[in-house]
Formats: sequence, structure tokens, C-alpha cells
Amino acid sequence: MVIAIGFEGSANKLGVGIVRDGEILANCRRTYITPPGEGFLPRETAEHHQQNIHGVLEEALEQSGILPQDIDVVCYTKGPGMGAPLMVCAIVARTCAKLWNKPILGVNHCIGHIEMGRLITKANNPTVLYVSGGNTQIIAYSRQRYRIFGETIDIAVGNCLDRFARVLKLSNAPSPGYNIEQAAKRGKKYLHLPYCVKGMDVSFSGILSYMEDKIDDLLKEYTPEDLCYSLQETVFAMLVEITERAMAHCGSDEVLIVGGVGCNERLQEMMGVMCAERGSKIFATDERFCIDNGVMIAHAGALAFESGARMDFKDTTITQRYRTDDVLVTWRND
Amino acid sequence: MAEDYKILKQGAEAKLYICNYLGKPALIKERFKKNYRHSDLDTSITKERIKNEARSIVRCKTAGVKTPCLYLVDFERRRIYMQHFVESITIKDFVINIVSKEQINCDGDIILDVVAKMIGEAVRKMHDNNIIHGDLTSSNMLLVPKISSAGVADNSKWLDVANLELVMIDFGLSFIDTSTEDKGVDLYVLERALISTHNDYPDLFNKILEAYKKFNKNNVKEILSKFEEVRARGRKRTMVG
Repeated sequence: MVIAIGFEGSANKLGVGIVRDGEILANCRRTYITPPGEGFLPRETAEHHQQNIHGVLEEALEQSGILPQDIDVVCYTKGPGMGAPLMVCAIVARTCAKLWNKPILGVNHCIGHIEMGRLITKANNPTVLYVSGGNTQIIAYSRQRYRIFGETIDIAVGNCLDRFARVLKLSNAPSPGYNIEQAAKRGKKYLHLPYCVKGMDVSFSGILSYMEDKIDDLLKEYTPEDLCYSLQETVFAMLVEITERAMAHCGSDEVLIVGGVGCNERLQEMMGVMCAERGSKIFATDERFCIDNGVMIAHAGALAFESGARMDFKDTTITQRYRTDDVLVTWRND
Repeated sequence: MAEDYKILKQGAEAKLYICNYLGKPALIKERFKKNYRHSDLDTSITKERIKNEARSIVRCKTAGVKTPCLYLVDFERRRIYMQHFVESITIKDFVINIVSKEQINCDGDIILDVVAKMIGEAVRKMHDNNIIHGDLTSSNMLLVPKISSAGVADNSKWLDVANLELVMIDFGLSFIDTSTEDKGVDLYVLERALISTHNDYPDLFNKILEAYKKFNKNNVKEILSKFEEVRARGRKRTMVG
């Protein structure tokens, strides 16, 4: 039995989670929210994490009823992410590991999302669509690695949505993507936007700059709701298309959606229609697990720890760039 | 024409039927309606892709790249009718099922070299003629015998590489563009597809790129530096959240 604690702070979410053999004992989170029209910057985000991490840690320990001495391994996000916020969590994780005299393990953030999704949905060997503010990847498992079949060649889909929310000055609470989703529900008129699929890769920067450049003219003819609706319809159609392409390519009949954008219900709905037409199954989670959290880091770390992975204290660094396929998956043998 | 088609395969975006077109074995590629996307978007994407496919097939002919012959385009029914290669194998199946079996007696590497050269040259010919395929994967390339070996039942016909021709298919995402950026992206898409599908042959892409470079000195430097740039964008992108 492995009890693991996980620290996550690669972007504007700060999370601490505790798991015992896949059972979630605590999942606590704070989000750094910026004013409308502004994004989060590394320094301010790191300050937010510094101010909140002790509170979140205490809350998680209390909620789980676990004592530090019961913990088997301390896990933290090694990357990818913003340097300064990552560093805050790494330092606290290292301090805890030393204080409690426990082994420590750095975890790849993307792997955390995938393993969390598999744990919650019980999907066995799905094609994974990982969509968030910083990532857009189509991933499938093969020979001890999560291999990237398709990804964005410029900005992430969440980044595209967030930045468009800034153009419209939508609120960043609880998240810009959520507010776009709500506005899109009231949109009616569809605007044709650039549609950019390259094989199993996609590109979003063209759509964003098209809308940024023309926003004043567009608002004369379309409501902000129409634009949110058109943007969502277009970018999600691209994502569903490349997912289907990857499924056909790999002969897979399961899809798992993870990452912050993954809790968008319109994306889940579109993916569901595609899956139904192919006779495939869709797996998705809600905001508790889609959005960055500490549990996913604890769970992925626990899996690696159980399969024998260890990390020297001197290697417990962070890295802003850490590819999903860099990780050797020691805990799967299929 | 009787509508007694046999469905060959349902791909990601089209159903393939086998039929007989004026006495020739033909393939119908029907881009069926995708209900997940907005119907206006679906209509415009489908129409555009049918157009692109037809246009690039014709253009490949003049570039000396072998593709299926185009027989008929039917926008109304969202279909393209084209030549069907009854005897054919995708590069993907060829690498997985033929090359790997021959690896034991060392012939695998040699035949793979020959095929990689064919791929590199074909891609180069397309790019020299500003045809961007848009979806270069090992599933979108076929090997077809020059002289029919229909009598040969086992896989040995695929070992006679001198008798094989490369046929490019699936031009739905293709377009015509002179920019080096698009050619770089095209190469990048191919590299990524090969790495993820054929991770047991890490050299395959380099061999293809070698042939791509050697085929023609024209402009190659610009395309390759653009390719490196696109690659760097992908590999080193910071990924937050």
C-alpha cells in the first residue's frame, strides 16, 4: 500500500493531493485569478503560490486524516510549466521530504493528467486528448512510452481561448475558458474562421490573430456570444477531427479527454457524437480532476514509486520543458 | 451504374467503397457528413477537401508522382471516384509486417533503404511542384507492383523491391503553396508520424530526408532550415498548465 502526497503548481493552479492506492483522500486547490483582460505572469503566480501553499498543505493533511509519518513518498511536478511557480512547489516538497525523512519523486505534469484520467474513468488503453492552457496533444501508449501522435504546432487550444477571452474582456473567474463556454451557449450566428489541420497536428495562432485583428468589425455584425460560439465550434471540430484521425491510425476504440479544456461540455459532447458514430467509447472527467490538481501528481508518482522508480535528492530539480514521451513508463507492461 | 458497392474500409473522414467504373476497378471515397461539427463548417470543409484532393492528384501527374487516376468528382454525393489498386500494401503494413520479418536475415534494412529513397524522392518532387500533401503518414503511401504478381500468394512479392512503385494517396489536406514554411511543416508532420508509428525504426525518417536532399539541390537549404525551425517550435515549446 502506497500513500503519496502530490504538489502541483506548474501554472496558475496550486494543488495538494493525497492518495492511498488510487483512493483519493484529499484534493485541495487554490487558483490565482487575474483581472479581466490580463493573463497570469510567472512572478505574480509564484508569489500567489508562496502565500497559499502552507494553507493548502495543512488543509490537505487535515482532510485526509493522514499523518506525515504515514506517507510513503512525496511527489511534485518537475515540469513542464512556468519556472517560478514550479520552483515554489519543488522547494516545499523537498523541505517536506527532508523534514519527514521520506523519498521524493518528480513527476511529469502531462503523465499526471493521463494517469489521473485513467484512474477516474477506468479507461484501459485509450487514445488521449490532452487539452489545456499550455498543451494540446494526442497521445497513445506504445512500448513503455506515451507517444505523441499529434499536437499543436504553435499555441495551445486553452491559450487561444484564454487570449480571446482577454480580447472580449471576459472575467478570469473561475476561468476564462468557463466564461467562453457559458457565453457560447447563447451564441447563434456562426462565423467562418480559419480551420487549420495539418495531418494529426493543428494550429491555432492563425484563428486567434484573425479574430484579434478584426474584432472591431466583427462586433458590428456578431455579438460576443456569437464569436465565442463560432470559436468553440471551430477549434473543437479541429480537435475532434485529429483525435478521430489518430484513433483510425492506431486502431483504438477509446478516447480519454484530460486537461483543463477537457471539462468543457461542448467539447465532450462533440467528441461523444464522433465516438458514437465510430462505435467507440468516450471517457472524460469533471473539473475536479480535469483542471490541474495535486492528486494527479500524487497518483502518477505513486505508480512510478511502486514500480521501483526512485530519484536522487540532487535530481529533484524542475524543468520548464519536459516532453510527455521523455518519460519511461515503468508501471505498465502492455 | 448499379449501386452495389462493397464497403472496403471506413476511415476517419471517409467511407471507401469498391466499384467498377467503366470496366475498371475503382474506389469511391465518400466524405460522409460529420454530425459533431456545425453543418456549415462541415459543408465547407468537405467541399474544400474534395477540391484539394482532385486538384493535387492532377498536379501530381505532371510532377511525375504516381497517384490513383481520378475518374469522377461528385460534389452532390460528396464523392470522388478513382483508380483502385487491387494489389497494394501501405508503407505502414509493409514496415510492420514485411520489413520486420526480413530483419532476421538482414534483407530488411536493404529493402527499407530502397523504399525510403522512393518516399524521399516522391515528397521532393511534390514539393518542387509546390504540392503540399498536408498529411504525410505511412498509411498514406502505397506500394504497388509494376508488373502484376497476382499469382504469387505469399508475401514474397513485396520483397522484389525493383518491381515496386510508390503511390501517394489521400490528398484531402493538400494544397498548393510555394512557401518553405509549408514544406517544412509537411516534413515535420511526416517525421512525427514515423516516430510515433514506427518507433522501432528510428532511422527511417533520416533515410527519407537524405533522399529528399539528394534528389535536387535547388532550394533545399531554405526548406531544411525552415524544417529545423518548425521542429524547434514543437520540441522546445514551453508547456504550461
